[in-house]
Amino acid sequence: MGNETAGDKPQRYMLLAPPCIWAIFERELISVSTIWKFNMIITKKKDFQKILEYLKNKNKIFLYGCNSCAEQCETGGEKEIKEMTLLLENAGKNVTGFSLPDETCYSMIIKKDFREQKKTIEGSDAILVLACGAGVKAVSDTAGDEKPVFPALDSLYLANVTRYGHFFEGCALCGECVLGETGGICPHTNCPKGLLNGPCGGMADGKCEVNIENDCVWVRIYTRLKKQGRLDVLKKIAPAKDYSSGVRPRNTIVESRIKNKKQEDK
Amino acid sequence: MALKNSLASKKFTITAEICPPKGTDTSVFIKNARLLKDKIDAANVTDNQRAVMRLSSLACSVLLLKEGIDPVFQMTCRDRNRIALQSDILGAWTLGIKNILALSGDHVSFGDHRDAKPVFDLDSVQLVQVISKLNNGQNMKDAALNGGTDFLIGAVVAPEANPSEPEMLKFEKKVSAGARFFQTQAFYDMEKFKRFYEYAKKFDVKILGGILLLKSAKMAHFLNNNVPGVNVPENLIKELESAPDQLEKGIEIAARQIKELKAFCDGAHIMAIGQEENVPKIIDLSN
Repeated sequence: MGNETAGDKPQRYMLLAPPCIWAIFERELISVSTIWKFNMIITKKKDFQKILEYLKNKNKIFLYGCNSCAEQCETGGEKEIKEMTLLLENAGKNVTGFSLPDETCYSMIIKKDFREQKKTIEGSDAILVLACGAGVKAVSDTAGDEKPVFPALDSLYLANVTRYGHFFEGCALCGECVLGETGGICPHTNCPKGLLNGPCGGMADGKCEVNIENDCVWVRIYTRLKKQGRLDVLKKIAPAKDYSSGVRPRNTIVESRIKNKKQEDK
Repeated sequence: MALKNSLASKKFTITAEICPPKGTDTSVFIKNARLLKDKIDAANVTDNQRAVMRLSSLACSVLLLKEGIDPVFQMTCRDRNRIALQSDILGAWTLGIKNILALSGDHVSFGDHRDAKPVFDLDSVQLVQVISKLNNGQNMKDAALNGGTDFLIGAVVAPEANPSEPEMLKFEKKVSAGARFFQTQAFYDMEKFKRFYEYAKKFDVKILGGILLLKSAKMAHFLNNNVPGVNVPENLIKELESAPDQLEKGIEIAARQIKELKAFCDGAHIMAIGQEENVPKIIDLSN
């Protein structure tokens, strides 16, 4: 996916737009069309001292970045790989090489990459991954039991993208969507307590007590459902959440996709 | 008089909050309990309030029973999942506790263990529902219990909530889930409270107005700036500021509020936060 250049994508959006508007939006649309390829996982850099602790007694280090989400967050793209290389070398480490897969969470890509980088990786003491936890997982599974793999990032949340460089948590992946009962506003994701039956006593002037910058999500839900004439929904007691669908680890196999692929291969 | 009997009678019911100690030395807790014993109908034991870790509300409720005081066992949803909540509720019943106050609980980000996992497996409405089920001899999965409970279930309401509609919808859910008495959040606008009381009396519940002792003008400012939903009006702050002894004035104000409540309300719930020894004085002055 990352091999496609973003520049050839936007034409489909600009058919009716006058050139001046297009000039303003070009940058945005390029980024949006890029972002649309991904599930956006937000990551943040771990403290470098923590990384040095991981790499104690390890001298030759191979780096993995990720050219999708982590690149967007500026935590694991080419720029950050270069920064990390410099930091490690200043700390007396030898960076043996790096790889920047299009999607580090995609195990097939990582396996292929490992074959290509076999010698360099085998000659390294450890692998440091500048990607989300799923990326670290794909690399460490491929590396096997012998080669130590360490995370350089902390994974935070699945993000909505408002515009280039602006992210917010839109879904907590709770396993049982309640948006049908809450006017499309998620109490799991937006209420710090995840309350399901209305505001807590800490709501003041429509704001949340945990972060008074934020609107109380239950006031927003109330306001929206009132406008839609659906307050009856709020009068019913929401049952306790069923967490049984969230037993970890979770796996999904999309049967029809596998069938189609097999037919294509024939 | 026990809380249940007091609420059933026409008598004006008074409850007060006692805060468990931050450790195992219960001497001050017991001393305060003894001071309150003959002045109040029941004492609330707070459950790690403001998310600050203290001696368990269940243990302290049992200590009150031993002192001959009817405890209101406060239970928040912050620290226990549905299994632990039900288990502790059953435990409380076997130890002789008769009243529970169900709350959501303050978020851990206010407390002294800000790195803790906030549980909130249930919310306060669902907790009231669960206690009703246990009262009915069933667990929350509808399985029959080998011996159930018969708690008097209480809950909290914020009479001055702004906007008020979402809060009142939640209040009505708590009523339909089985809450029989409500201890309100602190309020200082008696006219507003009267309007809330008139609305609440449409339901078969008892209302105890929340009285928060103002220790000083400084505390009033602190409440206004830091405690969501609490609004101390300017005239009360001026009254405190101009008093030679602000604590004495605060006690006088609290007593005055209770006096006013006596004219129309079912009772009062006094929160003195660290000034429990002054609660008897507030009650005496309100007579």
